[in-house]
Amino acid sequence: MRGTLSDRTGAALLMAPLLLFLVLAYAWPFLGVVKWSFTLPTPGLGQYGALVSDPLVQSVFVRTLRIAAIVTIVSVTAAYAITVVWVRGSPVQRVLAEFCILVPFWISVLTRAFGWVALLSNRGLVNTWLQSIGFISEPLTLVRNEFGVIVGMSHFLIPFAVFPLASAMRSLDERVLLAARGLGSSRMRTFWTVFVPMTRSGIIGSAMITFVFSLGFFVTPAILGGGRSVMIAELIYLRIFQSPDWGLGAAISVVLVVFVGALMALLFRYVKPKQLV
Amino acid sequence: MQQPGRAAEIKANGIGKSFGSFRALDNLTLDIGRGEFLTLLGPSGSGKTTFLMILAGFVQPSEGRLFSDGTDITDRPAEQRAAGMVFQGYALFPHMSVEQNIAFPLKVRKKSASEIKSRVGEMVERVGLKGHEKKLPAQLSGGQQQRVALARALVFEPGVLLLDEPFSALDKSLRGQMQAEMKRLHQETGTTFVFVTHDQSEALALSSRVAIFNHGKLLQVGRPDEVYDRPASRFVAEFLGEINMLPVKGVKPADNGATGVCEDRAVNMRCKAEKVRGDAILAIRPEHMSIAPEAAAGENGIAATAVASTYLGAATKLDLTTRQGAKVTVSVPNEVAAAALSKGNSVWLTWPAEKGFLLPDGGQ
Ligand SMILES: Nc1ncnc2c1ncn2[C@@H]1O[C@H](COP(=O)(O)OP(=O)(O)OP(=O)(O)O)[C@@H](O)[C@H]1O
Ligand SMILES: [Mg+2]
Repeated sequence: MRGTLSDRTGAALLMAPLLLFLVLAYAWPFLGVVKWSFTLPTPGLGQYGALVSDPLVQSVFVRTLRIAAIVTIVSVTAAYAITVVWVRGSPVQRVLAEFCILVPFWISVLTRAFGWVALLSNRGLVNTWLQSIGFISEPLTLVRNEFGVIVGMSHFLIPFAVFPLASAMRSLDERVLLAARGLGSSRMRTFWTVFVPMTRSGIIGSAMITFVFSLGFFVTPAILGGGRSVMIAELIYLRIFQSPDWGLGAAISVVLVVFVGALMALLFRYVKPKQLV
Repeated sequence: MQQPGRAAEIKANGIGKSFGSFRALDNLTLDIGRGEFLTLLGPSGSGKTTFLMILAGFVQPSEGRLFSDGTDITDRPAEQRAAGMVFQGYALFPHMSVEQNIAFPLKVRKKSASEIKSRVGEMVERVGLKGHEKKLPAQLSGGQQQRVALARALVFEPGVLLLDEPFSALDKSLRGQMQAEMKRLHQETGTTFVFVTHDQSEALALSSRVAIFNHGKLLQVGRPDEVYDRPASRFVAEFLGEINMLPVKGVKPADNGATGVCEDRAVNMRCKAEKVRGDAILAIRPEHMSIAPEAAAGENGIAATAVASTYLGAATKLDLTTRQGAKVTVSVPNEVAAAALSKGNSVWLTWPAEKGFLLPDGGQ
């Protein structure tokens, strides 16, 4: 929909303080980071060269992309199921689903990560329970590895994945579903051949948001990965605060931001921003 | 092509539907004949869509039973009834091409690929969509989307086709074209059509019978000429088109109809006065009244003065006031209207006895 001119000026005025804040708090400091990446320790493209040739950096990039992809698939699938219940369930089901979606927002990411450690560690709830019913004899390694990272990140991201899906499901014309059933299609078939394809824009939006968020995760992989599955954000942290190799850390940051920017551009070619809320 | 006899015969028996305390449909009993073109006509909110949804199986009636070819189908889910349905706003699958939309009901029925191809091709041709097979619904005009919806609903040869205001979004000329096309499709397929509209001229033009609804009640069912010329109530009379209402006094049965006094003149009616005695309303359609210099003795006529005219092209609508102050509208040839207006004084309005009918005074 195209707003009138005064609509748009009004919206721009309302957004101005936020834009100003974003420029001052993010864009300006980021320019400093860009500068470091070309100047530290010596001016030139050296840091980017090191980035390409460093096998550690590369393996972290690959791991980050892999984890982000798996987390995206897990989160979007789970979010899809929850959203179907939230948008189309009975009144009681709706309330329950809404509760499940909103509660995680009230618990800090740190608390949640430690919560998962408590659940998944060798002497945690899951392992003791599985052992007590005799399902396993040795505890399974569920944290301080990629599995734990994926569980923790998915748990964090599912609520975010819900909103684009809910928006797509809400705008769907109920009569199209009735039409499918009236033409002889079972509920199952209608779901897979009509409902899911019609919520495609929501799935794309949800997947993009989840994927982009996953790339920048820091706390969850740091705690649940136990240093064994380092992701990009943690690597940047290590380079800047521990090595200290500011130039390389800055260069990795720049590559990450450019990559995310490209993904966002791609996203908005397929979905309108309004469909994401 | 559909074999005749596949068309369904539907019986609604005492169907009612409540939404909470709201009565959307009340004790509706209606037989829909095999291969009939029945139109459900009524104002907004009268329960037409609700009844159609009950026929399709999307809405469960609160009471009453529904029979198709003698079988009770009240509890049968929509996907097993498989009535063809065209929704208000078409409800096409937006992610499927024209071809895929039309093929959908056949795929659901697990028809062979070759059968699907030939039947979809035939249907595309029949509704005039050749060359548009690969397009998505969003790339089609309103009229074309309408045709896809019709094709999709007819391709699996349903026993009954349900249509909910299919033409409401189309402009007038396209509407006329689609009406003609639908009549043709009805004749070609021989299927039972149940068609919802709130446009009375559309209802009269298309249907073999018209069912008139108001406030969830079925008021009258009959052939278009029956309901138009012999409405059972004032509501039906007014809903089906413009009508003049004149008070009559002293109505009593006569040799071949009834007599009464209208504007101090004796008038004759051909309709029976069983239900109506004493004071009543005499209703006459505008096109059945003519302007005359005099009313002969024994002819139905009242004196009136022309006050305004509206040029309609083929005819002129003339507004008149009778001596006792009743407002009357007639539709007359243009030059007759001009003459009546230029005289500026009294003319006579006459009508044949068989064109006037009696309605209870003040009744609905
Ligand atoms: N699901 C529902 N819940 C509550 N009320 C409903 C529901 N469906 C329909 N109604 C009510 O029932 C009445 C009849 O509705 P219906 O849609 O059958 O009317 P209609 O004759 O098709 O009108 P229109 O010409 O506007 O389409 C309306 O007053 C409507 O508000
Ligand atoms: Mg309706």
